[in-house]
Amino acid sequence: MTTTTTATGTYTPQPGAAPLLRMIGAQAALETKMLLRNGEQLLLTVIIPALLLALFGSVDIVDTGAGKAVDFLAPGILALAVMSTAFTGQAIATGFERRYGVLKRLASSPLPRWALMTAKTASVLVTEVLQVALLTAIAFALGWSPHGNPFAVLLLLLLGTAAFSGLGLLMAGTLKAEATLAAANLVFLLLLVGGGVIVPLDKFPPGAQDVLALLPISALSDGLRDVLQHGAGMPWGDLGILGVWAVVGLAAAGRFFRWE
Amino acid sequence: MRSEPVVQVQALVKRYGTKTAVDGLDLVALAGITAVLGPNGAGKTTTVETCEGYRRPDSGTVRVLGLDPVREAAALRPRVGVMLQSGGVYSGARADEMLRHVAKLHAHPLDVDALVERLGLGSCGRTTYRRLSGGQQQRLALAMAVVGRPELVFLDEPTAGLDPQARRATWDLVRDLRTDGVSVILTTHHMDEAEQLADDVAIIDAGKVIAQGSPEQLCRGGAENTLRFTGRPGLDVGSLLKALPADCTAAELTPGAYRVGGKVNPQLLATVTSWCAQHGVMPDRISVERHTLEDVFLELTGKELRS
Repeated sequence: MTTTTTATGTYTPQPGAAPLLRMIGAQAALETKMLLRNGEQLLLTVIIPALLLALFGSVDIVDTGAGKAVDFLAPGILALAVMSTAFTGQAIATGFERRYGVLKRLASSPLPRWALMTAKTASVLVTEVLQVALLTAIAFALGWSPHGNPFAVLLLLLLGTAAFSGLGLLMAGTLKAEATLAAANLVFLLLLVGGGVIVPLDKFPPGAQDVLALLPISALSDGLRDVLQHGAGMPWGDLGILGVWAVVGLAAAGRFFRWE
Repeated sequence: MRSEPVVQVQALVKRYGTKTAVDGLDLVALAGITAVLGPNGAGKTTTVETCEGYRRPDSGTVRVLGLDPVREAAALRPRVGVMLQSGGVYSGARADEMLRHVAKLHAHPLDVDALVERLGLGSCGRTTYRRLSGGQQQRLALAMAVVGRPELVFLDEPTAGLDPQARRATWDLVRDLRTDGVSVILTTHHMDEAEQLADDVAIIDAGKVIAQGSPEQLCRGGAENTLRFTGRPGLDVGSLLKALPADCTAAELTPGAYRVGGKVNPQLLATVTSWCAQHGVMPDRISVERHTLEDVFLELTGKELRS
């Protein structure tokens, strides 16, 4: 530690917020860096989806119906990737940021709250781009032949991100960090099995199918599959389900989120 | 330097459930360094966090740099630096990385490298926040509060848990802030910290300000200061008293133990020692007991500060 004093005038006040875009850019970059540095997060968002795709795509374990397994699996795994980042990863990270006073400290910085949320969303989207690139490469290596309208795929991914972000932030902003950690992982696991990701929904009893089909993960994986596997047009039904989840989740998060 | 109040709190009341944390508190802080002093649970943090815009008053008004910290937060935030009592950093972030980030949120930040060196954070290297020592975490939080070149900084127990050397470094920085025209509000339960640093001290107990003034004013307001010495028993106290200024007292408490009360200054000390010299007395164990804020606090509240 230095005991020398700095030249007079070093600390003379010159307050001011940085330009908004620069703040959001800096915040998004930091959030992304934190996520990519976190081993558990990477396991969840990159390694598990990639392993599932590689494993189930090359070994015939689950009966995925007619056609190549990868054509069924790839859309489901893309849905899983969105859920792992927008919901599970974001919920856990935000829960601990809240617990360790990061959100509190940032709330007294020049960065407005909405801008912090914008930066978080940008960081989620950047991560998803990396995930989609990796998973698409693996799927192509396994002989994937996707169809359909790329715009419909993009819309599904974005609406799915909005729906899962709302739910993830609702959890992070209301529960204790440890509870969020446990619950977010549990939900991830349950939806992985019961959301049409690797197990087709028609393997479940008819009554259960109707309920499971309304889950955001089912709507996302079903919509992506309709487009990418079957070359369908706009999957309006699934987009509608995701839209409702997005509106309800984000509104509830906005209403109940506690910063401390 | 001392002009418009930087913080004005009037009749602030803040309750958490049935517990009243702040109970009609009035506080005016002028430019310079103001220490908010009080035992744990006195309402220091609640008061400061209301000024920082984290809490809404149940009643009363708070103005910081003339602005309402909740309604005018957007205008106020860039002008104010905040050091929380703990936390506030991504657990996976490195010290310089986090500091650089906060700097990027401001238009004219300080030179981050110079600040890192000044606060001895350079040695943190690639260590992430959760593995930093408590002292390093404290210094990082302090750096984050000042890096945006604010007009006013709030420091919530800035030296809690620091070793003496790190504590001095923090004090030096706080003094430099003041020299350069930054106002500082700091909470502490270290008496010496308030005495060393503050232009103005507000003593808080049970959610109210019970005394406010400069450290000198507060110390003068209480009991007299005392000078003690031991010598041979049976000295002529009457003769000593005559040599002393009019408002002083002198007494032999127990045989050979003498006490002089009054305004103890170098002049008084010289008077006592020269009287001893004239009377062939060797004053053993001569000691000056200056009245401290600790005593003031004890007198005002009847309890120890660091309870």
